[in-house]
Amino acid sequence: MKFLMLVVAGGAEPGEADQPGYTIEEWLDETERRGVRLEGDRLLGVGDATTVRESGRLVTDGPFADTKEWIAGYDVLDCADMDEAIEIASKHPVARVGAIEVRPFWSG
Amino acid sequence: MTGRDAVGEAFRAEWGRIVATLIRLTGDWDLAEECAQDAFAQALVRWPADGVPERPGAWLTTTARNRALDRMRRRAAEAARLRSIAPTVSEEAPAPAGWEEDPVPDDRLRLMFTCCHPALPMEARVALTLRTLAGLTTTEIARAFLVPEPAMAQRLVRAKRKIRNARIPYRVPPAHLLPERTSSVLGVLYLMFNEGYSASAGADLIRRSLCAEAIRLARVLVDLMPDEPEARGLLALMLLHDARRPARLDPGGDLVLLENQDRARWDHAEIEEGVRLVAASPGRGPYRIQAAIAACHDTAPTAADTDWPTIAALYGELARLVPSPVVELNRAVALSMAFGPAAGLAVVDELAAEPSLASYHLLPSVRGDLLFKLGRYAEARQEFERAAALTRNAREQGLLLARAAACVPSGRGA
Repeated sequence: MKFLMLVVAGGAEPGEADQPGYTIEEWLDETERRGVRLEGDRLLGVGDATTVRESGRLVTDGPFADTKEWIAGYDVLDCADMDEAIEIASKHPVARVGAIEVRPFWSG
Repeated sequence: MTGRDAVGEAFRAEWGRIVATLIRLTGDWDLAEECAQDAFAQALVRWPADGVPERPGAWLTTTARNRALDRMRRRAAEAARLRSIAPTVSEEAPAPAGWEEDPVPDDRLRLMFTCCHPALPMEARVALTLRTLAGLTTTEIARAFLVPEPAMAQRLVRAKRKIRNARIPYRVPPAHLLPERTSSVLGVLYLMFNEGYSASAGADLIRRSLCAEAIRLARVLVDLMPDEPEARGLLALMLLHDARRPARLDPGGDLVLLENQDRARWDHAEIEEGVRLVAASPGRGPYRIQAAIAACHDTAPTAADTDWPTIAALYGELARLVPSPVVELNRAVALSMAFGPAAGLAVVDELAAEPSLASYHLLPSVRGDLLFKLGRYAEARQEFERAAALTRNAREQGLLLARAAACVPSGRGA
């Protein structure tokens, strides 16, 4: 079952990053070893974001939502169930300083 | 016992077990509920006429299971017809694996864990638990939580959809997840209990029955997780609170403070059971400690006999385990009862800077009481007035203002 993992950065207080946990390399190693990550990437900053609405009639600069938190990257997971997806997401280093949103794919 | 009574009794005892088993077999929550309902409807017709079966639970499970099998076969046949694929699925197709086992394992634990999964919103966890495990109808749950029925129905539909779409697993979590998930289950049951406990005397009966449902489910949990001391702690805590319910409200429906309650009206059987459970739950966890505190209150013959030094020590333990300013405030009250108002005030003063308590009316209310007892009337008056301004409960506000007005050195009053 496929899940999209949205890596949400921002919103953290300084110092919160000091908790122990996986580095991104360790996370990538483990997800590869277990075969649960199909693809993923980091995105350029919100300064390079463009939002298109109403079939392109309304094009604005910036992300779709203007908040302190922004989508910094994504991963596509293939997991047995929600518990496995949560476990993988919780090990991602950004989970310690930001948030990870896990969403199941429409088509399963 | 009449056939009808027997069905009622079986409903309370067997509903959750049957639904849990059918969800495991069919993977379809709605189908499971419908077939369980059908089985009880059949029992209502058959038992009064044919007599109550020897093993009512087995009869109901088999009936519900056959009904589910029937409906799944029919569904498959219809699907096949729609696709015009011949031949249609045989009526005698063998049951899928797991359907014929006897005795049926108890699936209620996995149902509890799935209903209380942290990926579901809290209100949905409570509602789903009441629907699938306790067998309350959507109408009853809506009434119990003072929510319009369509909204509650929506909540249940959404939760079931998320379980299906996000593939929330139907199982008892593996060992490494168990502590966190267990605490979610316990939290849901405790919330359910507190909803019922906070209901006023005039409230809908179904609202008050939430306490009984929570206690019943906690008993099931204790049975199914005999090695989980916090489950026993929670059951004890609920029983020890529930025991005081008959004396908690005056005839006008207003709260009676613990110290003024008629202890003869407490439920002593519940107290005995709660105390026994506390004694039988070694080690310390938040529920066990709270249960031990409740046991101290419940076993004091009069309010003056309360063992405040022990209660203060227990709150200290609780604060170390789950640091919270509200726990600290309770500890301050216990300390003042055990060792005098000055001991309590020292702790309360430390809490004054706590931002999360800035609008919590009990903080100035407790501080005012301690200052009053110390004869610092002007300061006490200010605190009571501040507390009165912070509470939204008109009756409480009246009481606080009366206390503020009484803050006059004796002999100099009007």
